[in-house]
This record gives sequence, structure tokens and C-alpha cells, in this order.
Amino acid sequence: MKKRLWYWLLLVPFIATLWPPFYARHDPVIFGFPFFYFYQLVWIAISALIVWVVYLATRERTDG
Amino acid sequence: MGSAPTAGTIILVVLVLGVTILGFWAARWGNANLAHLDQWALGGRNFGTVVSWFLLGGDLYTAYTFVAVPALAFGAGAIAFFAVPYTTITYPFVFVVMTRFWTVAKKRGYVTTADFVADRFGSRWLELAVAITGVLATLPYIALQLIGMQAVLERSGIAPSHGSAMLMLIVAFVLLGAYTFTSGLRAPAAIAFVKDALIYITVIAAITIIPGKLGGWTHVFDAAQTALAAKPKNPGSIVIGSNMYFAYASLALGSALALFIYPHSVTSILSSKSAGVIRRNCALLPLYSILLTFLALLGYCALAAGLHETNNNFAVPDLFNRFFPNWFTGVAFAAIVIGALVPAAIMAIGAANLFASNILQSFGGRQTRPRNETNVARYISLAILVCALLIATGIQPSFSINFQLLGGAWILQIFPAVVLGLYTRWFHPAALLSGWVAGMAATAAMALSSGFAAVFKLSFLGTSVPGAIIFYAFVANLAVSVLCTWLFRALRLPSGTDVTVVGDYA
Repeated sequence: MKKRLWYWLLLVPFIATLWPPFYARHDPVIFGFPFFYFYQLVWIAISALIVWVVYLATRERTDG
Repeated sequence: MGSAPTAGTIILVVLVLGVTILGFWAARWGNANLAHLDQWALGGRNFGTVVSWFLLGGDLYTAYTFVAVPALAFGAGAIAFFAVPYTTITYPFVFVVMTRFWTVAKKRGYVTTADFVADRFGSRWLELAVAITGVLATLPYIALQLIGMQAVLERSGIAPSHGSAMLMLIVAFVLLGAYTFTSGLRAPAAIAFVKDALIYITVIAAITIIPGKLGGWTHVFDAAQTALAAKPKNPGSIVIGSNMYFAYASLALGSALALFIYPHSVTSILSSKSAGVIRRNCALLPLYSILLTFLALLGYCALAAGLHETNNNFAVPDLFNRFFPNWFTGVAFAAIVIGALVPAAIMAIGAANLFASNILQSFGGRQTRPRNETNVARYISLAILVCALLIATGIQPSFSINFQLLGGAWILQIFPAVVLGLYTRWFHPAALLSGWVAGMAATAAMALSSGFAAVFKLSFLGTSVPGAIIFYAFVANLAVSVLCTWLFRALRLPSGTDVTVVGDYA
């Protein structure tokens, strides 16, 4: 089942958000938001997108 | 006060009475026979994507969240924003795990996590442990909803004193108990539409109006940084320091793993019509996480506005009072009050299911599921609401978020049995029970020694690492579960019967 490989994508949000050294800083300030906040907000959206992609890729006819 | 009620008060009262009527009406929604536990407790397992989105959003993003997370940002700064990664990573997790749980529960007719554990591990004691943990973790969570409501009532001007706020709380709870009793899960599902609409309106209004009046976001962040750094004890910052990296990440991870095994989350998940409904919602629910992030930032707005509070929970209500016209505070406060009623109802139902199916019946024998099971659950839901009310009047409101974190640390202790149990039968039931005891005890010990904080400084090889209690306790649980499984298997202790089959999971 090649479809199962898609599930590995779901690990990406964990890596991106659970490693604070990636984003725990003030600068750059984007749209008035320090990077710490901008980064975490953007990752909410990216994660939702990843989930949607995995949903589409693994969907089966019987899912309902 | 004593004078004529303001426009805001009238709007608040009208909205709360409106959802009460909606709650009773919900009993007729879909023409169901509410004497069946599946209908009363799970809405007939028939909610589609839209209803589930509102229901789950209304269930998970609670009044407590809307009051206490900004309160934590107001009081402690950046650490409060662990709620953002927390509510980001929980969905990829749910996408995989809870759909599997939904499938096995649908096929075998489970209403609770403990139902599954009983069948999977053939252990009454493990079933009982899972059920008791669920009830224990839910009680303070319902109490928190009350505390969120109380903060609003006291600050809305509707209740002139602490005593009268209490009285209104009791009235609201009697009504809540009555329509939950009558309509079951359909009541919060119907009310969730109103609650979520009000919350979105309120937050969108707040973030368009308030930062502008405070000189823009850049100024809000700068002013918050100055105010946090100037706090006399425990000065804070708007960016976490490197000494808090592990605490931040472990809080987020532990909370994310715990969120969906709470009884109220399970109840909402099981009410979905299909696994596809859950999967789609994992991509759609993060909209609430964005909402939550902005709500948390209102804590910084309160700092930038120069508010001083004896109780941090008042930060957001006072911010609304300062910047919204009076009539609109009625909408905003109604959003929070109704935001407490929805999850409180679902929590009462979830805990009542555990009590009725897994605690009472554990003694009566599973085969004799009484025909009055639904009525038992109904009365227990009332009893649970009363207990929560007693807890709410007994604890310090400023500790509210820590009590929720304590409940979260407890509920995560059923993770090995419930979640790992979905994938493997390797664990020995007695080992899982030992791990559970270790996790619960470790939680209690760390919480006591840190004065009910969420973060505990673990001393290890001469260094001390601040990390989330929820995470440390979970690691202790896992370690004991694994070691005891090796031991009990070596001793050839009987490991119970698994009545589920592979086909139940897919």
C-alpha cells in the first residue's frame, strides 16, 4: 500500500512546532507580529493544509 | 448598581434564555428515541461534517480557554502560547488515532474509552481505572467552565456582587442540567451553533477594534514586553527563554496527546456519522486554533491598556468593558457564558456515560446492560454538574489553569491502554494498571511539590530540567507499563481475553 506513505507527512507539524529553537525569537517582526507569534500562527495554517492533503490522498470510497 | 439594566445586560440575558429554549427544543431534533443511550449520549452517531465542526469547536475551545489562556498571557507572558502548538499538533494525531477508535467503537457499539479497554484487555480493573480517571479529570474541567462564567458575570455589571454572581451561576446550571437531562448531546450540539457564531463575532470585533485603539500590534507587543519585564515577582517576556524550551514543548505535546481522550472529546468524536467526518474536521477545526491565538493575544492587549488585576481572569472581561460599547459587551459576555454551557453539558454527558456503563456496571456485570441505562446516565449527569459546582466554589479561581493541567496530566495516564491499545495487544493489562498507578501518583507528587504548577523542575544528574508534569508523569507510566509487561509475561501471568478482532479496526 503506497497510500500509507502519505501519513508520514503528518509528522512534519510536530517537528516544526515542538522545537522552539526554530522560532523562539523576537525578530524579524512581520505585520507587527514578532517572529515567535507569526511563525506559530502560520504553522496552524500549514498543518491544516497538510492534514487536508493527506485526507485527499488517502481517501477511500467507503469513507463517507 | 440597582438602577435600570443596561443594554448589554439585556442582550446577555436574552441570549442566554434563547439558548436555553434551544436546548429543550433539541430533544425533538431528528425525531429520535432518546431512551436509547446511543441517541441520548451520542446524538445517534449521525452528525455530519458541519454539525460536528460546531460541536467539536464548541466542546474543545471552552469558556475556560477564552478566559484562562489570555489570563495566563496577561500574568506570565509567552509560556501561555504553548496552547498554539498544542492545538496545532493535536489534529494530525486525531486524524490517525481517533478515526481508528471511532471505527472500532462503531463496529462494537462502544460509548466510552473504558468500554473498549474492557473488551480489548479483558480486565475489569483496567476498565474501572480508565473510567475513574475520566470522571476525575472531567470534574475540575467542568468547574473551570463555571469559574470562567463567574468571572464574566461579576465583570459584566449584571451581578453586583460575588454572592449574586454565584446565585446566577446556580440558576444557569439548573437550566443546563435540565436540558442536558432532557435532550442529551443534541442540546449542546444545537447550542454550539450560537456559541461559535458569537465567539467568532466577538473575537473578530476585538482584534479589529482593540489593537488599533492601543496604537497597533507592534505597540501592543512592545508595551506587553515592558509590562511583563516589570512584574515584581516572576518577571516575564513575550518570547520564551532557552531555559523554558523543554517546558514549552513538553506542555504542548502532553496536552495535545491528552485532549482527545477526555470523555467529552470522545463523546463528540463518537457522535460523528463517519470516519471521513472526523478526518475532514481535522483540517477544518484549526480555524478555532487561530481564534484561540488571537484571544490569547488579548492578554497582551490588556497589558498594553495598562489594566491591573487582582485576578488575572478578569483581564479579558475588563478589556471588553473598556473598549466595547455597552450593548456589544452583552454579546461578548454571552459568548463566554454560552461558551461555558456547551462544553459543561458535553462533559457531564461524557462523565455520566463512564459512570453508568463502566463504574456502576462493573459491579453489576456487563451482560446485564439494564434497559434503564439511559435514565441512570441522565441522573448521573445531574449529579456530576452538582459536584462540579461544589468544586468551583471551593478552589481559588487564579489556580484554574493549573487545575485543568492537573486534570490533563491525569487523563493522559489512560493513553497507553486506550491509544496504544488500539494498535497493539502487547501490553499486559496488569502492567498497564501498574503504569497507570505510577503515572497518577507521579502527577500528584509533582503537583503537590510544585504548588500545583504545570511545570516541574526535575533534578537529574545534577542538572535541573523544568518540564511539564503531564509529560514526566506520562514517561513514568510508559516505563512502568513496559517493564511490568516484560516481567508479567516472563512470569506467565494470565493476560486476559481480547474479544476484538482485526476486522473491527478497519
